[in-house]
Amino acid sequence: MRAALTVARRELAGYFATPVAYVFIVIFLVMSGALTFTLGNFFGRGTADLQPFFGFVPWLFLFLVPALTMRLWAEERRLGTIELLLTLPITQAQAVLGKFLAAWAFCAIALALTFPLVITVNLLGRPDNGVIAAGYAGCLLTAGAYLAVGAAISALTKNQVIAFVLAVAVCFLFAAAGSPVVTEFLSVRVPVLAELARGISLNDRLGNFARGVLSLRDLVYFASFIGFWLFANAVAVDHRKAD
Amino acid sequence: MSALIEIDRLTKRFGGFTAVDDVSFSVARGEVLGFLGPNGAGKSTTMKMLAGFVTPSAGTARICGQDVVDRPVAAKRQLGYLPEGAPTYPEMTVAGFLGFAARVRGFRGSEATDRVARAMQLTTLDGVRLQPIETLSKGFKRRVGLAQSLLHDPPVLVLDEPTDGLDPNQKHEVRRLIEQMAPAKAIVISTHILEEVSAICTRAIIIARGKILADATPAELSRRGPSLDAVFRDLTMPKDAA
Repeated sequence: MRAALTVARRELAGYFATPVAYVFIVIFLVMSGALTFTLGNFFGRGTADLQPFFGFVPWLFLFLVPALTMRLWAEERRLGTIELLLTLPITQAQAVLGKFLAAWAFCAIALALTFPLVITVNLLGRPDNGVIAAGYAGCLLTAGAYLAVGAAISALTKNQVIAFVLAVAVCFLFAAAGSPVVTEFLSVRVPVLAELARGISLNDRLGNFARGVLSLRDLVYFASFIGFWLFANAVAVDHRKAD
Repeated sequence: MSALIEIDRLTKRFGGFTAVDDVSFSVARGEVLGFLGPNGAGKSTTMKMLAGFVTPSAGTARICGQDVVDRPVAAKRQLGYLPEGAPTYPEMTVAGFLGFAARVRGFRGSEATDRVARAMQLTTLDGVRLQPIETLSKGFKRRVGLAQSLLHDPPVLVLDEPTDGLDPNQKHEVRRLIEQMAPAKAIVISTHILEEVSAICTRAIIIARGKILADATPAELSRRGPSLDAVFRDLTMPKDAA
């Protein structure tokens, strides 16, 4: 764990040593704020909560998180530093975990910087802050899930564009699987798949969090989702490291 | 003398191409082994397998008795490795990068600081300690890579072309450093420069097309022909072309 944290610390410092961090955070804050106030009709709704915000954040993450992960392993390959990293006395699992934790911590920082929204809604009314906290937890878990997918895909290819496009596509698949369009279509044609699609859907789970419902089932879902993709990541790194 | 590096029938195949073909040798403490061969001979692949980066198709290697395939982390602890081209994280400062290497190797607090300071002193990096690595010249970058490999004072050093891209003075410095460390370590360096082998190596292995063609002291090798250059050419050129 210590080695993984050392790797994570270096990675996280790396984000802030390049413009990546600032561009990501600024775009995320501008977009999430703008969407919440315009399309989300934050003031007009007349309700003191952050429902519109929690509705938009996962869709923003769908595009922004793969932009973060596309370089995760691809960049190490391009620079040749993957050879350095994997010949240090750490296991591949520690390297994978370290990179993931750094990216996740970075997303947590970006999310934390949306705190003015929480202050605003508390000044304007009396929101249920427990629901808001659950919503943030859901967003963070969604970011973690997308990160795990993106990181695994980044380990498979040297090409960052391919890593980005594939990661968006796969994340979209999980995000949209539970949407009414998909499930209604499937339940008419192949009812078995409809259940499955709802079962693997990220957004359904997230909806529970946004309503303030924290259930063990959803936590287990996210933990196993992230765990599976991190495992896939370690396998991909092991298989393709020297290519 | 105990062999710190044991390479045991190491083989690597990429598809139908055999890059390293049943290579075995061992290196004892105090030896500086020059690993010679034309480009594509299998030098780097052998070193990458020794460092645990490339998984062998067959055979294995042991560093201080630790198997690089079965006990990779234990083997890597005993190893200082400079990959080909000395890759480093460009946005990090020299001190930041070496500090990372020290922490990954389990050094904390003042010990980490001392190790980093010592490694920078050995490779004369003190003057650039707070510069981002990407702003440094090629010679400095190579020395940063070298400092990283020396930091934990490992018993085994594997350096892939440590003097490539350095100017004559820097080459001299690196050679002096290797000579200084030689008595306490087992060192493998790969190089294209034959005079370097005569200058610092106690032993030379010539490899071509994945096979070991010669294993002798540089002096013995040069006695086989008019010069070391001629011997090298004679051994490594395909026979029908020669």
